Amino acid sequence: MNARTATSLAIAAELPRDALGVPYIAAPVTRRAQARGERRLSLGEPVPFGWLLGPFLLVLYWSVGSASGLIDPRVLPAPWVAVTTAIDLIEKGRLQADLAVSTLRAAQGLAWGVAVGLLVALVSGLSLLGGYLFDGLVQVKRAIPTLALIPLLILWFGIGETMKVTVIALGVFIPIYIHTHNALRGIDLKYVELAETIGLSRWGFVRHVVLPGALPGFMLGLRFGVMGAWLALVVVEQLNATSGIGYMINLARTYAQSDVIVVGLVVYALLGLSSDAAVRALEARALRWRRTLGR
Amino acid sequence: MSPVVSVRGLIRKFTLRGVLNGVDLEIGKGEFVALLGRSGSGKSTLLRAIADLDHEASGSGEIFVPERLSVVFQDARLLPWKRVLDNVILGLDGPNARERGRAALAEVELGGRESSWPYELSGGEQQRVALARSLVRDPELLLADEPFGALDALTRIRMHVLLRKLSQAHKPAVLLVTHDVDEAIELADRVVVLDDGKLAADIQVDLPPEGTARIERFAEVKEQLLVLMGVHESA
Ligand SMILES: Nc1ncnc2c1ncn2[C@@H]1O[C@H](COP(=O)(O)OP(=O)(O)O)[C@@H](O)[C@H]1O
Ligand SMILES: [Mg+2]
Repeated sequence: MNARTATSLAIAAELPRDALGVPYIAAPVTRRAQARGERRLSLGEPVPFGWLLGPFLLVLYWSVGSASGLIDPRVLPAPWVAVTTAIDLIEKGRLQADLAVSTLRAAQGLAWGVAVGLLVALVSGLSLLGGYLFDGLVQVKRAIPTLALIPLLILWFGIGETMKVTVIALGVFIPIYIHTHNALRGIDLKYVELAETIGLSRWGFVRHVVLPGALPGFMLGLRFGVMGAWLALVVVEQLNATSGIGYMINLARTYAQSDVIVVGLVVYALLGLSSDAAVRALEARALRWRRTLGR
Repeated sequence: MSPVVSVRGLIRKFTLRGVLNGVDLEIGKGEFVALLGRSGSGKSTLLRAIADLDHEASGSGEIFVPERLSVVFQDARLLPWKRVLDNVILGLDGPNARERGRAALAEVELGGRESSWPYELSGGEQQRVALARSLVRDPELLLADEPFGALDALTRIRMHVLLRKLSQAHKPAVLLVTHDVDEAIELADRVVVLDDGKLAADIQVDLPPEGTARIERFAEVKEQLLVLMGVHESA
């Protein structure tokens, strides 16, 4: 008897038997229902903080490279050196001071950009004349990158805070305007028909249909806007600033302190990530009525 | 008694072809009329003309409709960003709007679902919310374009019972567009058939309340309608 028949006999011995003791093979049963709550075409159950996997692997590679001497410390300091530097900067109070300045700049620019972008989008999205007045202008502005306007803005406002906040606000204004305007004009006609048949006033239509319907577009614009604010911040802080994270980084470059540069970059990353998380939390709250694949 | 709805010599064309070619229709106060016709015969075009929603079409004719008119679409057309009760009372003001909305929801057997989101309701439940949204406005004319077309057979039957109950309680004039002959006979006082751009028939249903008489009359009207719609050869 070879091994093969032996195993098949062993399997036969475990098979269920009918009333006459004859082994039989049960009909295959489609498995389902165990996977409750799981959509077949979903991406699977999300793991909390799963997005940290990639960054974690990068830091791991960085640590191993530094410890083994594969990464030259003059090119990139070891992670623990950067951490020590950060602690040192915090103890001296420099990091907090620069962080406060940068955050205030970004917040001011963001506030102006959102306020003006939203206002102009509403005027131009909700009235034909408003659209004729503003939409073309914004499209022209959009074709000129904000950063290209910096020389002119410096001539107008000097190199002080006004110029910096203006550049940031312009970087925020565009995405807020574009996405909000798009959403306002993209309201489905079937809702317009509904509003007409139940006799909503124009203001009622705007309040109950157009504005809430355009909210997803505004939220998308806000996410791009917040990212744009940090981008513009980085650029303006390279220009003759005397305070702020960008100033700290620039100064470190003159003294070849790569550890301080790394600390500054990590701070930028944390600012960007935490503000994006805040906007997403806001979005999830404001758009509870939506069901999406991404969750 | 003067009719609630009066349509005279209605002509409607789209760019390429005429759809309505002289339609005359009157609907009395509290009368329930079903509008039958083949797919593409212009039923929706007629209903949308009466509801003043046909801005793409050109044409002529006279339409008289009451002030308070309400439309139920084939899709429930709830605003996804408003909870059920807020959908029902959309655009109503006055201190008792919420109370009235609640009462309308109870009438369509959805008491207790006031604060659900539309996506949490089944198709039939969404359509009942749409009915409540219409009824709370106390319409003199209710226009419905295949409102049960997207529902399964059992839900449809429940909706028929509900719609009949509601129309008897509130007595609006109703124009129900449908392609379902049984639905038309079951619900309507009168059935009109749209064919070739005109109303080809106008049949008083007069269904006895119950018994074999009802079944016989039902079969008789159904046969008549099927012949008119070109499904059966006339005997
Ligand atoms: N907006 C439109 N533009 C062009 N043609 C249309 C439009 N709406 C309807 N039609 C045409 O008019 C005819 C009647 O349509 P409709 O009233 O929707 O029919 P029914 O509701 O009876 O199925 C169809 O041939 C359709 O293609
Ligand atoms: Mg139709």
